[in-house]
Amino acid sequence: MAPRTPLLAMIDTKGWIFLGVLLAVCLIVPLFNLAVPPGSPLHVPTYVVSLLGKYLCYALLALSLDLVWGYGGILSLGHGAFFGLGGYAMGMYLMRQIGPRGVYGHPVLPDFMVFLNYKELPWYWLGFDFFPFAALMVLLVPGLLGFLFGWLAFRSRVTGVYLSIITQAMTYALMLAFFRNDMGLGGNNGLTDFKDILDFNVQAQGVRVTLFVLTAVALALGYLIARFMTVSAYGKILVAIRDAEPRTRFLGYRPHHYKALAFTVSAMMAGVAGALYVPQVGIINPSEFTPTNSIEAVIWVAVGGRGTLVGAALGAVLINYAKTLLTGAMPEAWLFALGALFVLVTLFLPQGIVGTLIARLGDRKARIAARLPPEPDIPPRLLEEGRGS
Amino acid sequence: MIRLLVYLLLALAFAGPVRAQSPADAAYTRLASDSYAEIEASIVGLAASGDPRTAPVIQALAEGRLFYRPADKALFVKQGDAVTDARTGVPAPATEGLKPVRANNKVRRALDSALGTLNLLAPDPGKRREAAEAVFKARDATVLPALEAALSRETDAGVKRTLQEARAAVVLAKPGSTEADRLAAVATIQGRADGDAMGILRALSADPSAAVQAAAAKGVAAIETRLALIAGASNVWYGISLGSVLLLAAIGLAITFGVMGIINMAHGEMVMLGAYTTFLVQEAIRAHAPGLFEFSLAIAIPAAFLVGGGVGVGIERLVIRHLYGRPLETLLATFGISLILQQTVRSIFGPTNREVGAPQFMTGAFDLFGLSITWGRFWIVVFALAVFFGLMFVLRRTSFGLKTRAVTQNRRMAAAMGIRTPWVDALTFGLGSGIAGIAGVALSQIDNVSPNLGQGYIIDSFLVVVFGGVGSLWGTLVAALSIGVANKFLEPYAGAVLAKILLLVFIILFIQKRPRGLFALKGRSVEA
Amino acid sequence: MSAALALAEASSTSPGPAGAKRLTNALLYLDDVRVTFDGYRALRGLSLTLGRGEMRAIIGPNGAGKTTMMDVITGKTRPDTGTAVFDGVHDLTTLDEATIADLGIGRKFQKPTVFESHTVADNILLALKGPRRAFPSLFGWRNRVEAERIDDILRIVGLVPHRARPAADLSHGQKQWLEIGMLLAQDPKLLLVDEPVAGMTDAETEETAKLLREIAKDHAVVVIEHDMHFVRALECRVTCLHEGAALAEGSIDAVSADPRVVEVYLGR
Repeated sequence: MAPRTPLLAMIDTKGWIFLGVLLAVCLIVPLFNLAVPPGSPLHVPTYVVSLLGKYLCYALLALSLDLVWGYGGILSLGHGAFFGLGGYAMGMYLMRQIGPRGVYGHPVLPDFMVFLNYKELPWYWLGFDFFPFAALMVLLVPGLLGFLFGWLAFRSRVTGVYLSIITQAMTYALMLAFFRNDMGLGGNNGLTDFKDILDFNVQAQGVRVTLFVLTAVALALGYLIARFMTVSAYGKILVAIRDAEPRTRFLGYRPHHYKALAFTVSAMMAGVAGALYVPQVGIINPSEFTPTNSIEAVIWVAVGGRGTLVGAALGAVLINYAKTLLTGAMPEAWLFALGALFVLVTLFLPQGIVGTLIARLGDRKARIAARLPPEPDIPPRLLEEGRGS
Repeated sequence: MIRLLVYLLLALAFAGPVRAQSPADAAYTRLASDSYAEIEASIVGLAASGDPRTAPVIQALAEGRLFYRPADKALFVKQGDAVTDARTGVPAPATEGLKPVRANNKVRRALDSALGTLNLLAPDPGKRREAAEAVFKARDATVLPALEAALSRETDAGVKRTLQEARAAVVLAKPGSTEADRLAAVATIQGRADGDAMGILRALSADPSAAVQAAAAKGVAAIETRLALIAGASNVWYGISLGSVLLLAAIGLAITFGVMGIINMAHGEMVMLGAYTTFLVQEAIRAHAPGLFEFSLAIAIPAAFLVGGGVGVGIERLVIRHLYGRPLETLLATFGISLILQQTVRSIFGPTNREVGAPQFMTGAFDLFGLSITWGRFWIVVFALAVFFGLMFVLRRTSFGLKTRAVTQNRRMAAAMGIRTPWVDALTFGLGSGIAGIAGVALSQIDNVSPNLGQGYIIDSFLVVVFGGVGSLWGTLVAALSIGVANKFLEPYAGAVLAKILLLVFIILFIQKRPRGLFALKGRSVEA
Repeated sequence: MSAALALAEASSTSPGPAGAKRLTNALLYLDDVRVTFDGYRALRGLSLTLGRGEMRAIIGPNGAGKTTMMDVITGKTRPDTGTAVFDGVHDLTTLDEATIADLGIGRKFQKPTVFESHTVADNILLALKGPRRAFPSLFGWRNRVEAERIDDILRIVGLVPHRARPAADLSHGQKQWLEIGMLLAQDPKLLLVDEPVAGMTDAETEETAKLLREIAKDHAVVVIEHDMHFVRALECRVTCLHEGAALAEGSIDAVSADPRVVEVYLGR
């Protein structure tokens, strides 16, 4: 209730730790990649830089999901769709950067279009050779879909598992659509074989390091935006909506405005994560839209601790690191481990790692913030207790 | 029985002429000639004789195996090294100086036509029908007498109809036929109602007789309507067939999600386990009792129910029980279980598809008013409905169903009345999972049995239940069938994938309009 | 009910929709309201008029339609037919919950509903009267509310010592008071209070009655309650609902002496 809190005051202890770690990583990784010679045991190979960059992209995706799930109670099982759309927007720009250097050497058309007998560039590809336009689309396309979808669903008061199911259907429909060759976006194979980004070779060491640093910056910015939103009155209302949506209505709030805003911002963040992911991984294809991917992102948030922002990022990095290790060492074990993680975390660690740590160590205020929301989403049949009047 | 009758009639019909000097005899003599015209005339004569025994002779001629002895004009058929007398079929001693009966293009045409005509009298009704179809397509006026002869003898109603259609086609193709004949022919052709018939009638637009033209135009219109109806009916059927698959996949979910309110993301894996149970049952039968293969599905159904139900009860007791009232977390935990089950099956059976065989009664097809329906799909529709109504019965008419409804509607009150609610929870969940298991038995017949089998159904199943209205079994039925039919009607216009996308978008929008589905439970309590 | 209907005289407080004519001078005017759920007729022609600044207690057996009436007034339930007019100009049957709340109708639920993961002070903060749009709430005035303004309200409901506690930690009675405090923060013209003393101790009940009487000095209040001692303590007019319609209305003594009320509700 302090009047005019200075902006920095909104960052709490765990936030400072998070930003500190990000800054350290931003300095150490490039240093040990560029300045330490490849022979040295301290050298960080470039592929590891890109791998870490990928983790940070996932962390940003998890952060965006935590904003809507942890604070708004909106369990989206379709956030991979926004991630994928952002990725495709970036992928289209990177395809246009190839220019006439494709296998078929067509002056304008990307290889897959030549292969599919396209005569000219479809209209929705126009403008993607221009980076600022592509960057705008990275924000706009996921943002618009998020807004439309969220506005419709929240206005109709679709909540809880119903919302989860239709978000899943949304990403499933997009997956089917992007698998079609007629979509003009590479069908099955997606977009790949990138050459340049902003006329720099996308494979070059320096570019890779730059992309990594940019991802870390984007993650930090994403955190600050999400944090700013959640500590403001807006965030308090969002949490109030999560806990008791009807009550907020009778106080005069329109929950769908609040939820749609959070959903849109979150979709844009996920889009940025996807856009940064594509040049570092070198490919974007429709498998990014599979519902399983989106659900996997949910478990990152659950493991890290929902409603903590920092936890979501931590969970994404930890689980993906484990995935890299396990799928390399014993691929069969990965799905067992992931499956078990889903079960064990929901049963025994419902607050996630960071949430549990806060409950153990944290001060009183933080404990309140991390308190699990009561779920109002008990299915209708279970609610059938008459309200005597 | 009918075939026996036909043989009998044929025997009666041919008994006389064969013993006496048959008209075929004269024709045979003319065959042994150097003149193509003679040979052709002879072939026509043989065909017109209607004697089925001339068929092998003509066949031999067509294949260049017919020879004659210039000395006495005797005819012989060579089959490898063996030589038989063409007229009697009696093996003949090898003779020197045989000359082949030659054929030019004209003769060959006559041969084809003759073979077709002779088959009109073949003992096998299937062959006769084929021959009649051939005549229908060829529309050769010279066959008319043979056609009439065949018609007068035909006893099989189906073949008779085809023969009449063939005659009508010939009449219409013949320039000299009377207007009355042609009008009658148009009527007959119209009854056939397929693409060929339409082609014939369309060709009549230039007919000299205005009456025939008008009748033909009307006929075309009638056929078009009929074809459209059949196309519509087949769409409906395919839709029902798809819908029954959706129903099977969703029906277990209608209990666990619809009635109990549990989000079971591992539901698809129960279906998958059911399919693998079918595979194992068939493997066991193949190894130990191959004779029982016809009953493999009947054996697999209870087995799959037990496997699915058992796993379901296990999941409920171990995991879901701790998460009641927290649906979003149930969703996550059961998704984890689905990953574990998939990987378990993948580790045991490998990632590739396993072969599940179809018993005899599931193969083949039957014809219904011009609609070809495969038995496999037919039985799956029947099975889906049987499962649905069986479940309805269990929930509405048994004491277990009563307890289930009591617990889901008012847990505390049910507990107060002495119902052991945890026990009912576990069994109800087991029932839903068991039904998913038996759905797997049916789906193993039409889908690839692989560890990913269930994944393909889970989103569809949830949408069916939500679209139909959570808690309403009838809603699930209506939703499954209407989604199936809508999908099949969209497919011709949009293609399979786009049709599916359109439906997904439609359902998403529909849920905005009616968040509680088609058959929503209304009331104060629902929207609390 | 139409006896209480005083027409014309558009002199009062709130400006209605452009061009709308003030129908009544009453603050709340319900006429022949009917609501059906799946064949169950929850309200069967309910009529009720509430004057400005009036306090009214609503009694009646379970299923009489008391809560449904509140649902209709607050826009949660749309009536099948009937009139519901607030402040003479606002047709409540066409407005959504948020708009109705904004017009100045506050509601307290039967089951205390507060934002459990927020502190007591934040609960009040979110209820404070003022613009409630989503985007401005990121930067707007609600981020800079003086603690004093919140404490003023907490003082009325006696929760100042608990201001920093999460609402989930409050006792049942404290939650009821917090919810009343939130109503006060809304500063509505009309407060709808559903069973405010259910589950309260006698002492708490007495406190609550005192609190509501205090509030009724400058607000109109409708209280639904079963506790007849509490209703008596409110010292206001009483309406008894039965089977979705008003059965009797008058002073507490008159209503509790009415043989029909005794028959259906109070028992002999």
